[in-house]
Amino acid sequence: MTKTRAEIEAFLYHENELLDEWKLEEWAALFTDTGSYLIPPLKNPTANPATSLFYVHDDRKRLEDRAKRLLKKEAHVEYPHSKTLRNISNVRIKSQEDNKIVVRCNFTTYRTKRDVIDTFIGVQDYHLIVENDALKIQEKKVTLQLDSLRPHGKISLIL
Amino acid sequence: MSKYVIENQEKCEFLVHRSAFTSQEILEKEREEIFSKCWLFIGHETEIPKKGDFKRKKVGGRNLLFTRGSDDVIRVLYNSCPHRGALVCREDEGNTRVFRCFYHAWSFKNDGELVGMPGKDGFADDFNCDGAKNMKQVERLESYRGLMFVNFDENAVSLEEYLGNAKEYIDLVADQSELGMEALNDPQEYSVRANWKLIGENSVDLYHGMPTHKTYFDIKMEQDANAKNVKLEGIGKDLGNGHAVMEYTSPWGRPVARWTPAWDEEDKKEIDEIKQKLVERFGEERADRIANYNRNILIFPNLVINDIMAITLRTYYPVEPGYMEVTGYSLAPVGESEKSRLMRNENFLEFLGPGGFASPDDNEALELCQEGYLNNTGVEWNDISKGMNRMNNGEQPHATDEEQMRSFWRQWNKIISKDVKEKEEALV
Ligand code: FES
Ligand SMILES: [Fe+2]
Repeated sequence: MTKTRAEIEAFLYHENELLDEWKLEEWAALFTDTGSYLIPPLKNPTANPATSLFYVHDDRKRLEDRAKRLLKKEAHVEYPHSKTLRNISNVRIKSQEDNKIVVRCNFTTYRTKRDVIDTFIGVQDYHLIVENDALKIQEKKVTLQLDSLRPHGKISLIL
Repeated sequence: MSKYVIENQEKCEFLVHRSAFTSQEILEKEREEIFSKCWLFIGHETEIPKKGDFKRKKVGGRNLLFTRGSDDVIRVLYNSCPHRGALVCREDEGNTRVFRCFYHAWSFKNDGELVGMPGKDGFADDFNCDGAKNMKQVERLESYRGLMFVNFDENAVSLEEYLGNAKEYIDLVADQSELGMEALNDPQEYSVRANWKLIGENSVDLYHGMPTHKTYFDIKMEQDANAKNVKLEGIGKDLGNGHAVMEYTSPWGRPVARWTPAWDEEDKKEIDEIKQKLVERFGEERADRIANYNRNILIFPNLVINDIMAITLRTYYPVEPGYMEVTGYSLAPVGESEKSRLMRNENFLEFLGPGGFASPDDNEALELCQEGYLNNTGVEWNDISKGMNRMNNGEQPHATDEEQMRSFWRQWNKIISKDVKEKEEALV
């Protein structure tokens, strides 16, 4: 069953809304059982995690740990939660075969906390799977288009 | 007496004035007396392994080029054109035989020698006879076990003398592979909206471990129920010259040679082999120390070597009193298997990286301190006294005490309050 562009976009908007609303466990549940979430080194987006240091290299378990951690009061960096606003645009459907869909989009995520605004920009690559007619994320890779994490200093949000 | 640091042995009290974190005047003095006269870490020799390799670096507020010439010699050049000053090299890294300044197209060999200039007929024949038009090399460059340091002061003591007692601890890191250690590509470049000295304090502060990083330990305990039984326990030490260390037992896996149930049996076999090799090279006792103990080493003024669940080399520089730029490198044994390297990298990013489960909380803590100093100037002093009572009783300070930080502050104070002292002595 092919998915329309509108359905795919609606899914991505839904994911972003969950994150902006801090419904992080629901976000983790969007992934397949073997899903993964990655942020490679800034200057080396095609790096191999065995030889290069990623910012995030989460298997299904760790992305769930990440979601759970950020909901705890002791995740000090995000307590009280920052306000965030995510915009995605330029959605490109790269391929759609059988039940596999490859999608790329641009993103801008704003984070505000204690009167400071941090802006994260970049490209997100998704490998989506259609499972029982529903979309699931097999892999989400976030390539930041930044020279460095300055002044952000951290990627405490899920991007 | 100093304006900024007060040490009272009898009262067991050590105070640091909060203006040390907020004053522009102090920052300027630090630039002059610390960042222009102390040995500063520039990088690891393995970052530029091949002839012609280079990396652009900012060290001590200077734009530098860390290069390996065609003659295989490592040099550090000021990245500023001797003609009119432009940055000669704009790439962050690469391999080249010549650097070419685009402004008027002067070009320089990768050892800095001027080799080309358009319109040569407009310059005297012996224009560069004294080499003054070559790219300038930094005043001093020395290395210890692959770690390279620069110094902008011709008259500085040697690096080895400067490192002093800290060498023992650097050795415990450098000895982890008989093939040597290497720095991974793609260092993490981030920032903290706080004074640069706070990250040094934080890096040798085990006292904050549990409250700040509880969520990390929650995850570790879930992976390995026994982790609970290993208390974060050990010693803190002033190593002299402002350097300090804490050394303590490890509740987590160390890819050098401490297995954890979070890893599989095959990994255990490999880790046992690594440990065995260490025993052959150094004997049981030292091998055990290398494999099972964590070390957080602070090299004055701004290098932190954390040999914990992975190894990071961290440097950090002030841009403003309340803002610093941090660069974190991962250091790993040459010849490590791909599987071990992957475990190491996972360990690193899970705790130490800007996207990890711990370092972002440190970052937040430091930013909160900085806000406190700015907004609550009515509260003037920081307290760094923990463990002084123990020392008065002749006991070794614990890793969870604050002697490590006092070591840094004593040296900082000696340097920054130098002319206050000189003036006082002149009055006597
Ligand atoms: S400034 Fe470099 S060639 Fe003129
Ligand atoms: Fe910490």
